[in-house]
Amino acid sequence: MNIIIVGGGMKVHFLAKSLISKGYSITIINEDPEYCKLLSRKHKAANVVLGDGSRPQILEDAGVECTNAVIAVTPHDPDNLVICQLASKRYGVPKVFGIVNDPNNISVFKSLGVETIISTADIISSLIEQRVLTDEIIDLVPIEGGKVALMEIEMHPEYPAVGKAMMELGFPEGAIVGVIMRNGDVIIPFGKTRIQEKDRLVILYVPGVQTEVFEALSGSKNLNHKKNAQPVKEGKR
Amino acid sequence: MKNGYNYFILVGCGDLGSHLAKALSRHRKSIVIIDKNEAAFNKLTADFSGFAIEGDGVEEDVLLEAEINRADVVIAVTGDDNTNIMIAQIAKVIYNVPKVVARLYEPSRGLIYEDLDIETICPTVLSMSEFSDMIALDLRQEHPQ
Repeated sequence: MNIIIVGGGMKVHFLAKSLISKGYSITIINEDPEYCKLLSRKHKAANVVLGDGSRPQILEDAGVECTNAVIAVTPHDPDNLVICQLASKRYGVPKVFGIVNDPNNISVFKSLGVETIISTADIISSLIEQRVLTDEIIDLVPIEGGKVALMEIEMHPEYPAVGKAMMELGFPEGAIVGVIMRNGDVIIPFGKTRIQEKDRLVILYVPGVQTEVFEALSGSKNLNHKKNAQPVKEGKR
Repeated sequence: MKNGYNYFILVGCGDLGSHLAKALSRHRKSIVIIDKNEAAFNKLTADFSGFAIEGDGVEEDVLLEAEINRADVVIAVTGDDNTNIMIAQIAKVIYNVPKVVARLYEPSRGLIYEDLDIETICPTVLSMSEFSDMIALDLRQEHPQ
């Protein structure tokens, strides 16, 4: 499988390293001659093309016509947009990935026909935010680019949800308890299943209802728990 | 000359952007000009009667501040082709602006939006065409790269 990466910096270096080790054939496009020299010294297996990756001829030099995927990771969103659009519209590359530096551009890229968008700022900030605000969340996995998320929450004795049945929780639409883990047993809950303390709930939810889920379980909007010495400030969401 | 376009947004206050802004002002059009760099607005003289917004024209917030949803014409003339392509597509696809013009130094990228109703001005092609006329020899068959 051939993959073209457009961009620079450590991101490209490590991306190339990991893809080469998995046996992919990599071509990197970058505008900076010094960086290109460095890349070709470091990655003997990769092809390096010097030039502006948003120009059709440079993409052609890099073999865009017979490549399986193009990844645009420049720090400039308009460049990434044009690279992705050229690759998919003009050259019919089957898989095109674009990095978005400004998270607001996710919807812009989607409206303009770029389907697979990676917003590093968004992913990192949402992960940090959720971890900082909530100690009780044990694991958190975004699914389908963050449209759905999966989290695991441990039930503390003082949570109002303890002792309630699933049907009494008042969960919002868009959230569901998939599994309860209790003393190493796995329970698939139904409406009458009651929550006990120390249960670990695995919840699937759409991001918009996260606060409501917290409220239904703990009685407060964020899970700031008594063991925190200082109250957690209401973060910007 | 009469035309129905009254509200213009210009992105990029370089030589072309600032001249266009002044010329449109003389025709009593409403104009908002956007540039990342505040110093660029020094090119605008007293005969410019519109508004200037300092900001990045690819940011939706900046375009909304310029009220792109009620613009008749959006002209993307920043120094960067890809930025112009992105702004033109945002204006056309997301905000349905009736008339959208982008300046591209390198016209080959314009084929990204060839199925959209966006007009492209390419200084190289225009100069070639002028030059062809001057020496009465058609040089236009080959696309400049």
